[in-house]
Amino acid sequence: MARIDLVDLAHSYGGNDAPQESFALKPVTMTWRQGGAYALLGPSGCGKTTLLNVISGIITPSRGKILFDGKDITPLSTQKRNIAQVFQFPVIYDTMTVGQNLAFPLKNRGVPKADIDRRVAEIGRLLDLEPYLNRKATRLTADAKQKISLGRGLVRNDVAAVLFDEPLTVIDPELKWQLRSKLKALHRELDLTMIYVTHDQTEALTFADTVVVMHDGRVVQSGTPAELFDKPAHTFVGYFIGSPGMNILPAEVRGREARIDGHVIALNRSYDNLPAGAKIEIGVRPEFVEVVAPAPSLLTARIERIDDLGRIRFARVRVGDAKLAARAPGSFTSADGTAGLKFDPSHVHVYADSLLVEGAA
Amino acid sequence: MDKTVNQKAWFLVLPVFLVVAFSAVLPLMTVVNYSMQDTFGNNQFFWNGVGWFKELLDPSTDLGGRFLASLGRNLLFSLVILAIEVPLGIVVALSMPREGWTVAACLVILALPLLIPWNVVGTIWQIFGRPDIGLLGYVLNAMGFDYNYVSNDVDAWFTVIVMDVWHWTSLVALLCYAGLKSIPEAYYQAAQIDGASRWAVFKAIQLPKMNRVLLIAVLLRFMDSFMIYTEPFVVTGGGPGNSTTFVSIELVKIALGQFDLGKAAALSLVYNLIILIVCWIFYTVMTNAGVERKVQAESEPAAEPKPAAALKPVPALEPREGVA
Repeated sequence: MARIDLVDLAHSYGGNDAPQESFALKPVTMTWRQGGAYALLGPSGCGKTTLLNVISGIITPSRGKILFDGKDITPLSTQKRNIAQVFQFPVIYDTMTVGQNLAFPLKNRGVPKADIDRRVAEIGRLLDLEPYLNRKATRLTADAKQKISLGRGLVRNDVAAVLFDEPLTVIDPELKWQLRSKLKALHRELDLTMIYVTHDQTEALTFADTVVVMHDGRVVQSGTPAELFDKPAHTFVGYFIGSPGMNILPAEVRGREARIDGHVIALNRSYDNLPAGAKIEIGVRPEFVEVVAPAPSLLTARIERIDDLGRIRFARVRVGDAKLAARAPGSFTSADGTAGLKFDPSHVHVYADSLLVEGAA
Repeated sequence: MDKTVNQKAWFLVLPVFLVVAFSAVLPLMTVVNYSMQDTFGNNQFFWNGVGWFKELLDPSTDLGGRFLASLGRNLLFSLVILAIEVPLGIVVALSMPREGWTVAACLVILALPLLIPWNVVGTIWQIFGRPDIGLLGYVLNAMGFDYNYVSNDVDAWFTVIVMDVWHWTSLVALLCYAGLKSIPEAYYQAAQIDGASRWAVFKAIQLPKMNRVLLIAVLLRFMDSFMIYTEPFVVTGGGPGNSTTFVSIELVKIALGQFDLGKAAALSLVYNLIILIVCWIFYTVMTNAGVERKVQAESEPAAEPKPAAALKPVPALEPREGVA
């Protein structure tokens, strides 16, 4: 159990001298608090597994330090780091029973037999593996095998953190849901720091209380699911989280107004000193744009289609070259295929070079 | 229900049937025929029934004594080389690099002994071990060991065993290496996370995953060493005395040295039967041990055809009996 600090941590598979743009993990400084449930979210190849392997010690970082409770453990090997990790595909020790598999991490560390038995029984109970404890692990299904892998990750109660590297990839969707809820419950029960890597936003948002979004080797935002939704710190976060993703439109922003094609969109805050020469965009989630009947005061859009998601309808529209999604009220119909867009000013954000700009009140 | 019946399909099986008949069944039947008869040359044969077989299994007769003694020597030889080559092969495979150019270098060096013909291996060691001009023999004698494989039983055995280990450990090592390479990296990472020692990694991951290739290695090495002929024949000629006369050497002595076709035929049939039975036992025991772990309840039928495959190499014995 520990707080984990990453200090200017970076890794390149090409060595420290490689150009920084090629780093798999670009310099990051952040803190993982003890007992937190974190999700590391990002598309494939964004560096999340690299970051995980650096924390667990499978990879030695090219640069920077990792501190567990303030103690530098960067040079320590995985065995000495006191960390647990569960991999994408189940890893089972063929010759052992399920119980022996669960006991393996404890046995290797010389834990007394009585403690091992107690701990294995507890984890077996929590993961519903009790009936299998004395059976050979190889005869079980992929689901059960991955549960054993999860169990080996959770069996030690003194670990600094448990890392999960997309652990539910091989599991059926139905069981996936159950296991994820189970992990969440285990997190509450066992008071362990958990870091969960995934590229599936639903998985991340349901599991974690803090979601860390990575993009192109960088941590672009870390916050609660609500924060990521309401106030994406980077256009990538806006686009990646939410379905459909955030609308991003190039605009001219001055004071409390954004201009698109000569139309003025009101903003809630004032943006007076935007960096000169930066690419300025506004971002607004489809939930906060509404299609209404065209009016001269509104931005006009061409409707391409309307997706009915059952609970809510989204209109896919086009403004000039830009594609947008917008909420379509149940009563909305369009006679000529055009519509006006009504923006909710409190949810329109301004981005300079893809980064969120905080306006003045 | 409305399957077309077409007996012409049998013609498609005919070529295989003919090839197997001429390459395996007919030679084998010839041997069976010889084993029931006695001959005094001139192509004259006399019926002897199971006489040769009775004699073969009775240690008090000349034939039985020679056969059982050589069989004992052969089993001891196979046991010793398996006990050396299998662990040594595993150790070699474990200490090989896993990536980089050194892998290719190691593979080539390991493969070299396997590429040398049996006869040449025998000749190499025959010269290598000579006390007067051979490097090994000369150095051993210079170091004060009284080493002479021509006159001393123990030295002859030592030479033959070291030669076989030199020749064939590579095979075991290469098979094990292939087995090791197929273990996904995640297993090693998981073991690291679980705090496993080097020994625990070997016991919990590497050995179980090498299970299948080790089975093949043991089978191949047992069969090969049990049928060994050329190398010891070239090095020691079966001597000194009869101390390195293995079953196949004895067989050739009877068949070609004494031209006792009946005795030789009976011996080769029993020899063949022993190899079949031992392989079958080996295979059943080891696959059962493997199946215990492997079976995923429904994959059982997949394990079924394998015993037949294990018996396949045996027709390769036939040419040897053709000699008799």
